[in-house]
Amino acid sequence: MAEVKRVATRDAYGATLVELGNERTDIVVMDADLAAATKTGMFKKAHPDRFFNAGIAEGNMISVAAGLAASGKTVFASSFAMFAAGRAFEQIRNSVAYPRLNVKIAASHAGISVGEDGATHQCCEDIGIMRTIPGMVILNPADGPEAAAAVRAAADYNGPVYLRLGRLAVPVFNEEGVDFTIGKGKEMVAGSDVTIIATGLLVNEAVIAAETLKAEGISVRVINMATIKPIDKEIILKAAAETGAIVTAEEHNVIGGLGSAVAEVLCESGKPVPMLRVGVEDCFGRSGPALELLEIYGLTAPSIVEKVKAVLTLQ
Amino acid sequence: MDATTKKQLEIIATKIRMAVIEGTFNAKSGHPGGSLSIADDLAYLYFSEMNVDPQNPQWADRDRLVLSKGHAAPALYGALALRGFFPLEWIPTLRKSDSPLQGHPDMKGIPGVDMSSGSLGQGVSCAVGMALAGKLDSKDYRVYAILGDGEIGEGQVWEAAMFAAAKKLDNLAVIVDNNNLQIDGTVEEVNSPYPIPEKFAAFGFHVIEIDGNDLTQIEAAVQEAKTVKGKPTAIIQKTLKGKGVSFMENLCSWHGVAPNKEQYDAAMAELSARLQEMEG
Repeated sequence: MAEVKRVATRDAYGATLVELGNERTDIVVMDADLAAATKTGMFKKAHPDRFFNAGIAEGNMISVAAGLAASGKTVFASSFAMFAAGRAFEQIRNSVAYPRLNVKIAASHAGISVGEDGATHQCCEDIGIMRTIPGMVILNPADGPEAAAAVRAAADYNGPVYLRLGRLAVPVFNEEGVDFTIGKGKEMVAGSDVTIIATGLLVNEAVIAAETLKAEGISVRVINMATIKPIDKEIILKAAAETGAIVTAEEHNVIGGLGSAVAEVLCESGKPVPMLRVGVEDCFGRSGPALELLEIYGLTAPSIVEKVKAVLTLQ
Repeated sequence: MDATTKKQLEIIATKIRMAVIEGTFNAKSGHPGGSLSIADDLAYLYFSEMNVDPQNPQWADRDRLVLSKGHAAPALYGALALRGFFPLEWIPTLRKSDSPLQGHPDMKGIPGVDMSSGSLGQGVSCAVGMALAGKLDSKDYRVYAILGDGEIGEGQVWEAAMFAAAKKLDNLAVIVDNNNLQIDGTVEEVNSPYPIPEKFAAFGFHVIEIDGNDLTQIEAAVQEAKTVKGKPTAIIQKTLKGKGVSFMENLCSWHGVAPNKEQYDAAMAELSARLQEMEG
């Protein structure tokens, strides 16, 4: 079996920022002393005059980004998800989202796959927090090429975007230059018995789970939901109507994230179907190698297979 | 500042104060005290100093003002209306559900408002971002941020100060309105920010101390700030909270309470008399 290529979405972010910087003079990048980790350092190297380090002061960084955007700049502001969505929530809410300014909060090191740094740095609440802010667009790309496309889509979109990026190098399954439309989910695998709606690094796991289940005679549809907000209602309701059961999968607390968003759509459709969620079960993480942690917290293909079998018993 | 200009600006400052009373009385809420204390700054900046165009509020080369102490919105709205950004008829609609005049500044709905503000500590950072953009684009516009003395308790103010000095933003002037009163008492009683000038100096600012209810001193400070190279300026101004309405002056209780009808009449009578005296 050929070696699978692995790329962290944060690396694709850094590389795409450099390209955008070449193409557009309005692109400005900020970081809060994590440029090496978030990969904005790549932009700093290529475009030093348009990179600003705020130091360890995330709240100020976001509001400064708002001031830059109010003066015509398209600003990408990066930190770890914990300190962007967490620490700077109120600056994102009041300085950026309320005046609808053109700031892209590109938050890396989201989720449990941060690994060894442990619970203080493993943000599994960011999607929930960002989802409650009016008008916030939330993107959670699944691999390198999709992350690159999502960064471009965010740059082209006029308004606040929360872009969720990961530390861990994850398998590449999209082609370079893959299409990305904000607000549209994508069917990755066709199927008719049940649907897995996954986001971020769980998309690849969902595809593996679908292959396992296919061998057992269960036809599984897999949807990559790279935009969490605005959520693609159409693709969810079509899957509900055509497959009759849904499992969501995300590297986030089961409360507030993709699972909640899908449940809201299903419940309000008048035609809900059985649904189960794969995610972090409302607990804090811990230190350990990322791949081990993903297993410990049930964020792998075997966990998805179990949930799919369970949801089929609810029909 | 010659006597004629000073008189004209005093007239405008008085009209801004009347707008504060008009707005908060009709709204039955709002923050008259800290609005009245900065009326002289706004009169000077919007009517003598700042390069703005009411016909083109988004003009890219304009000077900018961020009211970081956003609760003083009634004064800002008064200044903007008098300057011609929107009709004076809007003033009595302050805080009403069908009015563009939100309780705190809203840049999306109110012409002339350069930044939405009100969550203390954030506006100054936004002003820093605007100053940074000016440097990036080699524009010569200037950016002003008006902060409360209670507001500087927010850690973000000092994050912004450190950033502004590190990035050498000499196109930025922050005005700290030291009226010595915040909601819960004197700033000393609550959690003393003193000494304020030394703090800004230590953070790398050029510091100027003035009486912020004296138009001549305001002008001198703003002009001095324009000559400073390589560092931002902090104008620390002593002011009187409630300035211009005698029964509101220097009273903490007028931070966030609107005048009733009787108080409204008394305040307007006092301000009208002052206006008549000046207009002759």
